[in-house]
Amino acid sequence: MNIVFWILAVITVLSGLAAVTLKNTVHCALAVTGAFAGLALLFLQLDAQFAGFAQILVYIGAVAILVVFAILLTRGSDTPAQGVFSRTWFAGLLIAAAVFTVLGWAVMNSAAALPHENAVPTVTVQQIGQALMGRYVLPLEIVALLLTAAMLGAVIVAMHEKGEPK
Amino acid sequence: MQEMQEAIQFSPYTVASWIGRILWLIPALPIVAAGIIALLKQPKRKLASGLAIGSLFLSLLLSLAAFAEVLAGWASGHAVRETVNFAWLTFGTTPVELGWILDPLAAVMLVMVTFVGLLIFIYSTGYMAHDENFTRFFCFLSLFAGAMLGVVIANSLLLLFMCWELVGLTSYLLIGFWYQKPSAAAAAKKAFLTTRVGDIFFLLGIVWLFAQTGTLLFYNQGAGSMEPDALAGMLASPAGLGLSAATAIGLLIFAGAAGKSGQLPLHVWLPDAMEGPTPVSALIHAATMVAAGVYLIARVYPLMAAGVQPGGTTTALTVVTWIGASTAVFAALIAVAQNDIKRILAYSTVSQLGYMMAGLGLGGVAVGMFHLITHAFFKALLFMGAGSVIHGCHEEQDVRHMGGLRKYMPWTYGAYLVGMLALTGFPIFFSGFWSKDAILESAHHWKAGQGPFFMLVFGALLTAFYMTRQMSYVFFGEYRGHGHAHESPRVMTMPLAILAFFAVALGVLGTPAWPWFRSFLTDRPSTFGLAGFNEPGLVVLMLTSTAVVAIGYGVGWALYGNRSPQASERDALEKAIPPVWTALSNRLYVDEFYGATFIAFYYWWARVADWFDRRVWGGAVAAVMWFFGLWARFNRFLDENFVNGGFDKGCEELSVGGGLLARVQSGRVQTYLRLLALAVVVLAAILIWSSRG
Amino acid sequence: MTPLAGYLLVAALVFAIGLAGALTRRNAILVLIGIELMLNAANLNLIAFWRYSPHPEVLTGMMFAVFSIAVAAAEAAVGLGLVIALYRHAHTTDLDEINRMKG
Repeated sequence: MNIVFWILAVITVLSGLAAVTLKNTVHCALAVTGAFAGLALLFLQLDAQFAGFAQILVYIGAVAILVVFAILLTRGSDTPAQGVFSRTWFAGLLIAAAVFTVLGWAVMNSAAALPHENAVPTVTVQQIGQALMGRYVLPLEIVALLLTAAMLGAVIVAMHEKGEPK
Repeated sequence: MQEMQEAIQFSPYTVASWIGRILWLIPALPIVAAGIIALLKQPKRKLASGLAIGSLFLSLLLSLAAFAEVLAGWASGHAVRETVNFAWLTFGTTPVELGWILDPLAAVMLVMVTFVGLLIFIYSTGYMAHDENFTRFFCFLSLFAGAMLGVVIANSLLLLFMCWELVGLTSYLLIGFWYQKPSAAAAAKKAFLTTRVGDIFFLLGIVWLFAQTGTLLFYNQGAGSMEPDALAGMLASPAGLGLSAATAIGLLIFAGAAGKSGQLPLHVWLPDAMEGPTPVSALIHAATMVAAGVYLIARVYPLMAAGVQPGGTTTALTVVTWIGASTAVFAALIAVAQNDIKRILAYSTVSQLGYMMAGLGLGGVAVGMFHLITHAFFKALLFMGAGSVIHGCHEEQDVRHMGGLRKYMPWTYGAYLVGMLALTGFPIFFSGFWSKDAILESAHHWKAGQGPFFMLVFGALLTAFYMTRQMSYVFFGEYRGHGHAHESPRVMTMPLAILAFFAVALGVLGTPAWPWFRSFLTDRPSTFGLAGFNEPGLVVLMLTSTAVVAIGYGVGWALYGNRSPQASERDALEKAIPPVWTALSNRLYVDEFYGATFIAFYYWWARVADWFDRRVWGGAVAAVMWFFGLWARFNRFLDENFVNGGFDKGCEELSVGGGLLARVQSGRVQTYLRLLALAVVVLAAILIWSSRG
Repeated sequence: MTPLAGYLLVAALVFAIGLAGALTRRNAILVLIGIELMLNAANLNLIAFWRYSPHPEVLTGMMFAVFSIAVAAAEAAVGLGLVIALYRHAHTTDLDEINRMKG
């Protein structure tokens, strides 16, 4: 295996861990941004350049900012008195471990059937554009609709209502 | 006596005439009136008495029509005996038949009962005017009259018995009319129970008769029980003790009659029955109910006289005669020493009933019935006169507190005097003389002995004596009572006058000069003529009886006369023969004897039965109850602990389970997420596992 | 271990970490962060499978991942809007305390 892969993997995993374990919520947001970045680099390593850059643009550029905004708007930067983890955190941890076990087991069991080295695909943006406008035009339009709806919905949900105390 | 030898020849059975067909109305009208009166309210007195008197008046008219029919038949030589019979129930092929009969015997009785009854009803409107239970009184009176008339026209022993019992019931209701008085209630009970004793034997006789002859009808076109075929059958079958079935049945029926008519062992109820209002005493105990027994014997006379040999008599009739004669003397003796005006008359009635029974036994139906008819009139007269006296003396009944009423109550005195003379048998003018003489004559000619004759003569002496005593106590001397004595209202004295007239006039029908009554009953032409007096010994007998009566008057007047002793003084006769007096005034201790023997035994037996009932049957029931209680407790235990408890426990567990399950819905998002993730894990595992396997 | 298996395991690990975060942290926003991590891990899965599929020129995997990113962005926007609305209502973002839907 590639050494780059290992480095990137470690960065991603550690950032992820940091994102879910740090006390300060803003630090968590920062860590998850790091995780996003690691994943984007993994995408690049997998020769999915478009996906990688889309990941950077959308996740790091929009989602992370949104998360930070939300933290700030909800005074999430204050450390709560009872601790950051839920009272029954162990059950959650256990379940997550179970999920990882199952997934890992599934992966290892099917590893033999998986194909090995392939040729590096050459994907041009033109091909992607053609695919988007050709084969995937319907999902594209629907996603556009979805984004519009989500935007409107988020505005409405988060809007101040008349008479409600701020 | 002659009639005993000759069977009464009736012409072949006449088809029922119009009156014969509607004869059933005669008892039905008063009974219906009683039913209507029972539904009336208390204040409707005029309506009640109007209904009762009206219905009995209609019955009287119908009875007169019936009498006219029978009379016409007799006059034209065709004796009338009309019967209307019908089957009431049928047991398999054996029918139980009821029916009514119209013949001379029934006709005279009907007229007598309705006429005397009507007069007493009218008298009662005055006598009971101050009583608040006026309406109830007339209801019972009407019912009684209907029942008595039913007894008279019955052609079936069963129908007769049913009406007989109804008569007994209504007499109970009337004797105990003032039921709040304990003595009245006790007297009513005594009357009912004593007659019941007689009725048991009567019922046995009826059943035996039915078994022997297969029919309960008296006359039924040759198939009735009083007709020659049936009688022959009963004579022929033996009944043990050397008697034939005919004799035995006759004696059993006589036992019933003895109860109702107060003959010797069963007479105890009659004097106590004076607790009832005076009209009741007049109606029931003078004229009608007590006469029912005599009437019954007259009806079944063919049975009693069955197998009689010329110049002889039957066992049954002998028994009847001796008991009758004994009763006559026994009761007359007791009457001598009584102080209650009604009680004297009551014992006098018992005595006269003895005469009637003796007359039946000695001389036949006509002799006994004639005395019954005349007695009805003058006894009713005497009772109603006594009622008038009691009313005028402000409800006083002790003769020692009366006296001198001759001046204050002239009408009552006059009527009472007529009655007394008729009862004692004052010669020639009064009916009692002729009827009693007929009996004495039959007794004198009786082939089975002269004992009854002397007893009856002695009885006549006593009768004259005690009636004189009563008259002198009540009407002569000075008034010893409280308050002011006054005459009774006209509604009470008018019936007295009417009855007094008949007490005299009826004698005409039975003199030897014109023995119409006897001829009528035995369907022979009667002739008027003094030749009747030429019978050997008749005039001597008349003179003898006159002499006896005169002696009675004389001794009575000598002892009592105008003297009017105070109640605190001893009676004149008591001074003469104290021990005899004591025994007589205590009514010869018959009640005490019964109390010590039969009644004591009965109470002992009742106690035994009660113990048995409480301990044995009651114990059995209690044991069953205890067992069921146990079972019930066990069931309850099961129910509460297992069924209820189990159910409750189940519900509780369900509740708890529900509570536990509800904890899943914590409302917290992360919990839901966790469950979701867990479910995915499980699902994935299953899928992988199944795809691998 | 094939390269594909490696990428898949990394994706699985990041997924599990994201799930653990979503299931154990109190703050609602961190739950959303966890969800974003999970989505990202799924995207990595998709790209890895695309890369090592027999016909990558069909671009299915890549398209799937791109659309997934778009949808994830929309979902994050709405979700955070919800958290803000919730905060305005309950004055807290502590999920342990929000149990109004308790059964």
